[in-house]
Parts: sequence; C-alpha cells; structure tokens
Amino acid sequence: MSEKILEIRNLHVTFETPSGPLEAVRGVDLDVSAGELLGVVGESGSGKSVTFLATMGLLPTRAKVTGSVLLAGEQLIGASPKQLRSVRGRLLSMIFQDPLSALNPVHRIGNQIAEMLQSHQALTNREAQTRAVELLDIVGIPQPTDRSQQFPHEFSGGMRQRVVIAIAIANNPKVLIADEPTTALDVTVQAQILEVIERVQERFGTAVVLITHDLGVIARVADRVNVMYAGRNVEQGTIDSLFDHPSHPYTRGLLASLPRPGMQRLKPITGFPPNMLNPPKGCAFHTRCEYAAEVCKLDLPELQTFGDLQTACVRAKELPRAEVLS
Amino acid sequence: MAFRRFVSHKAAVGSCFVIATLALFVVLAPFTARYGVNQSVQAPPNSFLSPRGNAWLGTDDIGRDLYSRLIYGVRVSLLIGLASALISVTLGALIGAIAGFRGGKFDDIMMRVTDLFLAFPFLVTLLVVRNVLGALPWMKPITGEMNSVRFIIVLFGIFGWMGVARIVRGQVLSLKEREFVEAARAVGASRRYIIARHLLPNSVGPIMVALTFSVVGAIISESTLAFFGYGPQAGDGATSLGILVGQAKGAVQTGFWWLAVFPCLALIVIALSINFIGDALRDATDPRLDRGA
Amino acid sequence: MFRYILRRLAWSIPTLLLVTFLVYLALRIGTDPVQSYRRVNPRASRAKIQQYIDVNGLDPNFVKGYFTWLKNFLTGEWPPSIKGRREVWPALKDAMANTLRLGSAATVVGIVIGLFAGVLAALRPGGRRDVFINTSAFVGISVPPFISAILLQLLFAVYWQKWFGASLFPTSGVYPAGHTGFDLFLMLKFMALPTLVVAIQIIATYSRYMRSSLLDVLNSDYMRTARSKGISERRVLIKHGMRNALIPVVTIAALDVGSIVGGLIITENIFSYPGMGLYFLKSFGEGDFPLLMPWMVVIVASVLFFNLIADISYAWLDPRIRLE
Repeated sequence: MSEKILEIRNLHVTFETPSGPLEAVRGVDLDVSAGELLGVVGESGSGKSVTFLATMGLLPTRAKVTGSVLLAGEQLIGASPKQLRSVRGRLLSMIFQDPLSALNPVHRIGNQIAEMLQSHQALTNREAQTRAVELLDIVGIPQPTDRSQQFPHEFSGGMRQRVVIAIAIANNPKVLIADEPTTALDVTVQAQILEVIERVQERFGTAVVLITHDLGVIARVADRVNVMYAGRNVEQGTIDSLFDHPSHPYTRGLLASLPRPGMQRLKPITGFPPNMLNPPKGCAFHTRCEYAAEVCKLDLPELQTFGDLQTACVRAKELPRAEVLS
Repeated sequence: MAFRRFVSHKAAVGSCFVIATLALFVVLAPFTARYGVNQSVQAPPNSFLSPRGNAWLGTDDIGRDLYSRLIYGVRVSLLIGLASALISVTLGALIGAIAGFRGGKFDDIMMRVTDLFLAFPFLVTLLVVRNVLGALPWMKPITGEMNSVRFIIVLFGIFGWMGVARIVRGQVLSLKEREFVEAARAVGASRRYIIARHLLPNSVGPIMVALTFSVVGAIISESTLAFFGYGPQAGDGATSLGILVGQAKGAVQTGFWWLAVFPCLALIVIALSINFIGDALRDATDPRLDRGA
Repeated sequence: MFRYILRRLAWSIPTLLLVTFLVYLALRIGTDPVQSYRRVNPRASRAKIQQYIDVNGLDPNFVKGYFTWLKNFLTGEWPPSIKGRREVWPALKDAMANTLRLGSAATVVGIVIGLFAGVLAALRPGGRRDVFINTSAFVGISVPPFISAILLQLLFAVYWQKWFGASLFPTSGVYPAGHTGFDLFLMLKFMALPTLVVAIQIIATYSRYMRSSLLDVLNSDYMRTARSKGISERRVLIKHGMRNALIPVVTIAALDVGSIVGGLIITENIFSYPGMGLYFLKSFGEGDFPLLMPWMVVIVASVLFFNLIADISYAWLDPRIRLE
C-alpha cells in the first residue's frame, strides 16, 4: 500500500442542541492513501459529511471536535485558524453537494477561481485569470475564455459543478473531498461529473474521498470503500472484497437492497436509522440487525480484520458467508 | 410547536401580561380611574400640580388628574387600534388573497397602487386622504364627523390594508404552487372554495402578525395626527393618547415634565409590547423554522 | 444600462403627470382652495377671487383646471402664496436646501451606524451583543419620532439648563434669532438634535434589515465554499457576505424613502426647523394651494428619483438582474 496522506484517528464530533448533546461522529478511524479514490458510503445522518467537514475545519464553532486528523503529517485538530487556512484550498479542498448554491452569485466565475489561486500562490491578477481559464478547460467547459467572464446564473447545474471542481483543484491539492457531488444532478450529468473527478485523480495524482449514499456510484469509481453507520465506521476494504463477500450485516443489507437484473422485488433494510440524541447501547445497528444477539447490546464493536476486510461486528465470524451478489 | 416557540420568547410573554393588565385597567375604567375624564382634582389653584397624593401623575393646565385621563385616553387609543386593524386586515387579506390567486391585471394594478402609496411620505398621504375622505358627502353616513373617533377608525381602516395585502399576496403566491392546492384544483374545486378553505386558513400566521402590527400602526398614527392637531377632538374633555401626547408639546418649554413623560412612556410601553408580541408571533408561525427546532 | 436609465426617465414623465393630477384632485377636494382663499382674505373683491382662480387653475372643471395649472407651472408663472405677498420659489428653495442638509446628515449617520450595528449583531447571533443591538433597535422602531423629539428636547434643553446652567443643544431653528451669514459650527449645533431623532429611526430599521439579511447570507453554501478556499474570515465576510447581504437591503431602502421623509416632516415641525416639513404642515393647515402644489411636485419627483436610484444600484449589486 502506498503512502498514507490523510489519517483520521478516534474522531468525535458533538453538537450542542436544545435537546441535549448530539454526538454525530463517535470515534471514526480512517486512512486515505496518496492518489487513491476512497468511497465513503452511508445513510444521511450517518456522520459521513460531518467527519470531513471536521477535517476541513468548516464546522460551526458550537461543534466540539476531538481526536486526531493528520494531513501529510500535520495535525489539524486543535490547529490555529491561520494554520487551517493555509491547509484549506492548498493541500485539502472540497466539492459540495449543491452546485446551484455553492458559487457566489455576484462574482464572475473567473474571479472566483482566481481568488482560490491567489490565496495560496503569489500570482498577478492576469496570471490568475489565465490559469483560471486553463482550469475551466481541464474540467471540460467549452469556450473557457468567454465563460470565465460570466456569472454563475448563466451556467447549468452540471457546468456549475465543473466550476466548483475547477476551484477545488486550482492549487493541486493532495486530497479532494467530494461531498455527494452528483446527488443534485441529472443521471446523465452525474456520469460526466464522475468522469471529470476520475480524470483529475489520474492526471494530478490527487487522492479523492467520494462521499455518497449511492453504492452504484461507489462501485463505478472507487478503489476502496468505507461504510459508515450512526457515526461509526462499520466496515472498510477494497471495492472487490466488499462487494464480493461483505461481512457486516449492515453492508449486506445495503447490497441486498440494490436493484439487480432478474430480481423479483427490492429487499430494504427494515426499521429506521437510530436517533443520534440517544443512540442504542452497544452496536448501533443491533436494533435492525437480523443476526443480533445479546452480546451486540453490550459494547461498541471495534474494527477487526476479517479476510480482506475490516469489520466492526463481533459476530462477523459466526455469520453465514454471504452469497456473491455481483 | 408554534405555541411553544411563542412561549419561549420571554419578552413577548411579558408583553402579553403588560397588555392584558392595561386592557383590564381601561375596561374597568370606572373603578380604576380616580376622577372623571373632565373633573378637577381640587378647587383652584389646581393647574400644573406636580405628582402628589391626590394626583399621582400630576395635573394638566386646567387641573385634571393625568393618571385618570391616561386611563381614558389609552381606552380610546386601544379601541381605535383594534377596530381599525380589524377593518384593514379583513380588507387587506381579501384583496391580497384575490390579487395573489388571480394574478393578471387585477394583481398588477393593486400592487402598483400600493407601491405608490407606500413610497409616498406616510404623514402627507394620511393628511391628504383624511381631508378628501372628510370632504366626500356620501361617506358621511359611514365616517361621521371629521373629528370623531369613528372617522379616525374608518380612515385607518381603509388606509392600512395595503401593507396587509402585500403580505397575504406573497403568502398566497407561494401556497398556490403547493401540492394540496394543486390537488384541490385537480378535483375541480371552485376558486372561491380554494381561497376560503385552503389559502386563507394557511395564511393565518402572517395575517395574525399583520393584525398586531396594524394595531401598533393605528395607535401611533392616531397619536401623530392628534399631535399635529388633526386627531379626534371629541367634546366634553374626552381624550386619547394622541391628545395627551399633543399637550406634551407645550409642556416641554414650560418644564412641566410629567405632562410629557407619562403619556410618552405609556405610548412607548404599548407600542413596544405589541411589537414584541407581533415579533414572537412571526417567529412562532414561520414555517421555515419548523424543520430546524 | 444607459438606455435603461433613459427609458426609465422617459417613463417617469407620464407617471409624474398622472400622480400630480391625482394630487391636484385630492387637494381640490380635500382643502377646497377657493374657500381657503376667502377665509384668509375675507375682504377680497370678486375680481380678486376670480384672478386667484384663474392663475391657480382652479376651474370648476377639474381636468381643464389641471391643465391650466400645469401650463402655468411649466412656464414658470407660479402664482404667489394665498396671502398674495410671498413668492413661492424662494421659500421652496430654502426649505429644500434645509431639508436636504438635515436629511442627508441623518441618512448618512443612520445608514452607516445602522448597517454596522446590523453586521455586528449578525456575526454572533444570540450573543450578548446581538441581544443588546436587537433590543435597542426594537425600542427604536417602537418609539415614534415625535416622542423621541419631545423627550430629547426636555432633556437637552429644559432640564440641562436647569441642572447645568446652559442648554447643550438648541431646540429650534437653524440659527439663533437675528443671526446672519454662514457659521458651520453653530449650524451643526442646531442640527444635532433633529438629526439624532431622524437617525434613530434609520439606525433601528437598517440594523434589523442588515442583521436578518446577513444571517441568511452567512448560512448559505457559497460562504462555505469561500471558507474552504482558505481565505481570511474578514475577506470572506466583506467580499462574499456583504455584497450579497446588501441586495435585499437596497430593495427595501427604496420603499423606505417615504418613511424617512415622513420622519423629517414630524421632526422639523417639533424643532421649528424651516425645511420641507414645516413648509408643508403650515401651508396644508392654511389650505395654501399655490404653496402646496409645487411642494407636491418636488416630493413626487424625488420619490420617483430614489426608486430609480434603488433599481440601478440593485442591478449593479446583483448580476442576476437584467435591466431591460
């Protein structure tokens, strides 16, 4: 395995809410290697976005973050705002879910890219504009010179997401976090955006973290997968091993609920995600797990190596081997 | 949900108590006032007495008790505020709902007219419209004499609908696109039915808010008119908050501070309390907040 | 942009005509100018009255009368005031100058402080500073200008004199009686209280607008994008937050010109400040038609003008708006 660029250890994020503290992330361990494409999958509320917003230092100040995040050896948790600012946009950048609202409506596209460039590189305005046009070209926007002088409302949703990507990769970051980058887009456009992201990853050797709830997207582009549930990592491994023989009951449930040719009907996971204000004791999934036993209600399961996978399930070894799905 | 949010607004709850106490005081004026509205506190010399035992808030130029007159005055002002707000909100809600629902020419013209009126200096429009209204002989049966309380109520009633109409129109425009209205239209409900059964009930929040702000608006407008000598001038020493505040103008130069301070304070307390209530109502009925908390 | 302004200006002419006609109607019905003339000049001869009717366009036929008035107004033949002595233009000009001075001082002070307070409040919503600013603004909008004017007069003129021997700020006029010539310091001293009264209103309104508008903006996704670029918080706020937050504020500002002028009228009257407000209330009370009509034209024109200014600055701030 190649060099680890981002190491997250025992990350906890707690929000103070009127109804009491809400622990959205409850001890996540996660590694990203240089140049890989890591998929992070989970339902909404599983803490996948919060984990990476915490990594970026973009959570509101009322959120309490503890643990360790090492980016190229530099500790980000507890770093000064100035230190964080110098990392953000230079080593680590982010693409957001809704391209319609992610761009500032009153500034020209070119200037919004140039701002990113000039905040970390000593460039003149003209140099920054030239570079902005190149970036627009890289993400596949036709007539980049003219388009850079336009405003966001003159772009379609897919085109705006390309602009957001252009901003994110402007300083050639080590890690690019893409938070549900295709969720708000049409299916045909989704594929194009994924292609752009893959192209960037290959061309610049950028590590990409693709956050999504769509296993289909993961299957198409990711090298490794990380499954999250109720603020914890429940399973991680290479894409093939996870899809071929998932160990964790939740992962099995997710895969079984995917539509496949020849399938009579979808098989959803029963029940609802837990209330994070008051999560279940022990393994958070036991309330919905068909294999749950008494032992599952006692302690939080830790990740254990199990074949090619790391799985946080105490009964993983006892469970019947999952049928090969793909 | 909405109620809980309203109660969590502490200033508004306090304001409710203040307004309720005031209302109780003025409704029970025969018991709470110490003197008649036009009665002197003692035989002359009795004018401009500073606050004392037999006149808690002092007396005015002809020896009447300011405390008692404040109670009578607030009574008239609250009446004006409530009655005219009811008229203007009813008018405004209807016009706003129809304009928003029908759209087209009617909507265009209505919004142009309200734009024009709202852009003009308020006091100027109020004075001019007041005079025009008073000069129309066919309005006499409705409005009564120009210096009567009834005239003021009608004037504010037909003057205040514009702000309400804008709010309700905006609300209706957004409701119109919602699924349940679409559904009602799809099953062939009549326009009147949709307005009466779906649009207006769902606009109750904004309408209530508009109502509270109309009450303050009317009370302040009455004071402003009376301050400049265009307010109600009912005979027999009858009074209103505006008339009392108007007397304060003269009191400033002579230094009879109580004549200025107490009526002004009463007006500020009333305006502030009702504004707080309206603000809390707005927060409480704002559907955007329902998802968050 | 230039063509848009030209077209708006061209359109404002029929609007101006229509509105002045409505104002003419309202004044004819509401103040009965001929009756007012008879009241003020009880011994006027029939010929004099007829002359007053002719020069002012007070023909019994409203439409015909309006066009007579319009012709005289446009050719500069403005009839003198109801008492027959005062020229209208010099009086109106002085009033305009005085009000412009008071109004712009109050607006500048009010908007600068108001916007600043709104930003401070929005930066830490729910914090102690926010509660203080928000509550003060609430009190500010709840206190009508004539109340604050009275209380300020009582404090700074009457009681200050009683307690400290001399009044801090004068409470009426622009200069002391008998003063001639220009004296900036004296003028500012006389303007202080009326400016404060009008500015309080503006500060209260604008700090609230700015607060809620900026709060909306601060929660928006593009602010997060800006932060993710690693630029300083100050730059995020000024370059990305402020301009977006000002867009709705500017729209409301156009609608607000009316209420600012309304506050000016009230304030001028209480401080006997010889501006447009005092001019209006005096001539309106006397039913002085020759004084009132030009005043109305000025007001209507400035309302239209400020609306245009607001639309232009709106389009300038927000590229999504196309001026067609």
